[in-house]
Amino acid sequence: MTRQDVEDFLYREAALLDAWQLDDWLELLTDDAQYRVPSNDAQGGDPKATLYLIADDIQRLRGRVTRLKDPQAHAEFPHSRTRRLITNVRIVSADERAVHVECNFAVHRFRRDERVGQYVGRYRYTLRLTGGEPRIALREAILDAHELASLGAVSFIL
Amino acid sequence: MNDLLLVLNDPDRFDFRVRRSAMVDPAVLERERRGIFDRCWIYAGHESEARAPGDFVTRTICGRPILLARDSAGAIRVFLNVCRHRGAVVCRERSGNARGYTCFYHGWSYDRDGRLDGVPGETSYPPGFDRSQFGLMSPPRVDVYRGFVFVNFDANAMPLADYLAGAKEYIDLVVDQSPTGEMEIIRGTQEYAIRANWKLLVENSFDDYHLMSTHSTWLDYMKRAGVAIPKPAKGHLMPSHGVGKALGNGHAVIDNENFRGRPVAKWIPPYGEEAKAEIERLRAELVQRLGEARARRIADTNRNLLVFPNLMLNDGSSVTVRTFHPAGPDRMEVTAWALGPKGESAKARAIRLDSFLTFYGPGGLATPDDIEALESVQQGLATWREVPWSVMTRGMAKEGEQLNTDELHLREFWIWWDRYLKAQ
Repeated sequence: MTRQDVEDFLYREAALLDAWQLDDWLELLTDDAQYRVPSNDAQGGDPKATLYLIADDIQRLRGRVTRLKDPQAHAEFPHSRTRRLITNVRIVSADERAVHVECNFAVHRFRRDERVGQYVGRYRYTLRLTGGEPRIALREAILDAHELASLGAVSFIL
Repeated sequence: MNDLLLVLNDPDRFDFRVRRSAMVDPAVLERERRGIFDRCWIYAGHESEARAPGDFVTRTICGRPILLARDSAGAIRVFLNVCRHRGAVVCRERSGNARGYTCFYHGWSYDRDGRLDGVPGETSYPPGFDRSQFGLMSPPRVDVYRGFVFVNFDANAMPLADYLAGAKEYIDLVVDQSPTGEMEIIRGTQEYAIRANWKLLVENSFDDYHLMSTHSTWLDYMKRAGVAIPKPAKGHLMPSHGVGKALGNGHAVIDNENFRGRPVAKWIPPYGEEAKAEIERLRAELVQRLGEARARRIADTNRNLLVFPNLMLNDGSSVTVRTFHPAGPDRMEVTAWALGPKGESAKARAIRLDSFLTFYGPGGLATPDDIEALESVQQGLATWREVPWSVMTRGMAKEGEQLNTDELHLREFWIWWDRYLKAQ
């Protein structure tokens, strides 16, 4: 994959998430995909030994999506509006099976009552090439904020 | 203002109400800071957060920057993180290991024991300047119960062990699950703010009345993951039996039969088949060490414990230590950690952390809905002049046992809150 291929893929993913097309988004993942958000003070770790904010395997991630589509998921009902800006895309390493990517993100989240959150940080992706199509095997969102603080929760897919 | 009734408690008429201005009035917060946070034993941290001489962590409690540290002899110390010279904080890192603490402003330096050991240009101070009078200061009282470090800003406070009263039994139930007799804070801190009054999180943290309506999507997730969620018994709201209890001095607990799985030691399907053997091994260890009855008490019940006023030990899907401080009448800052047995196997630790994240924390499948609920309450409380009272009477007319979905434990918090405020 070229950087442009990677960018096209990431922009498509961002558009699906901003549009809350979560079932379509799940299609971009491998069957053993992992989605992680580390705790703000422990960014380099292993979720088996370190407390994360989110460390989903594919089962819990699918459950998370099922939950987010339910109006009883109060933290995201009505849904937040989000706008994802993705930039500084770099292919860190690549072989014939997978591409490791890092990029920066600024995810703006808007809730009712002027509650606005700016989630800023970097993504680490492992994109696996299966049948020529990239699929997300690992997606880690590493926040720059020292504390989650007024961002409050990571209740949507960051 | 001081005379305004904030908690109305009339057991004869089965009436218990809390005045909503208690959650919005800045004057009430000021009274709380002096009457509660400066008089009660307040959780400062856990011994495991600083292990070797020179290890330290910094944080803010009761509005004050503190250092929780091991001194040169390896003893746990709590220092006020402030230079004796002109008041800058002497340590600006979150955690680490230090030879000592140097204020960067004018360069006064302190050793690991808090002694002032360096003053640039000391000869310009008048005769009689005595370094030994200018060591780092500590809160008036510091004490530890089974690894949990507390401070008290009131020099005349009762001893910690007396203060904890019946809460000790429930802290013991948490710590006794460790074969080494020691628990530890696991690396990784969840720090988040909620736009709501801090007392709303006290209520929420052990209010099982909200579980079925606020957390229906979590229950659905558990069901789909293969967890047996029993139908509530007649007249009950929860899948299993549980009670609410007062423990003295404002502490209270809900104490529930487990249905949601426990890392120590009740297996549920989301842990995975491969985890079964490890959970069985942990259970066998408990039985062997503590006997069948005590093992069942630890492994088959969930307990959410309030240590008055602002520490929650939730021993449920995992063990979480959660403390929170007001940052205004309508905002609190929450810190939550995962707690696990020291020396726990890598496999058991992984189960514990995975189980933690399914429910707890700002990215969990349940806690974000709690945050939403509390912020929703705080928005609603803007009507406090027109709708002045909250109702907290569940279970009041019952003789004997109070359910976890009743409100005895919430009332207990408010009764003591009111007592402390009035005692000023």
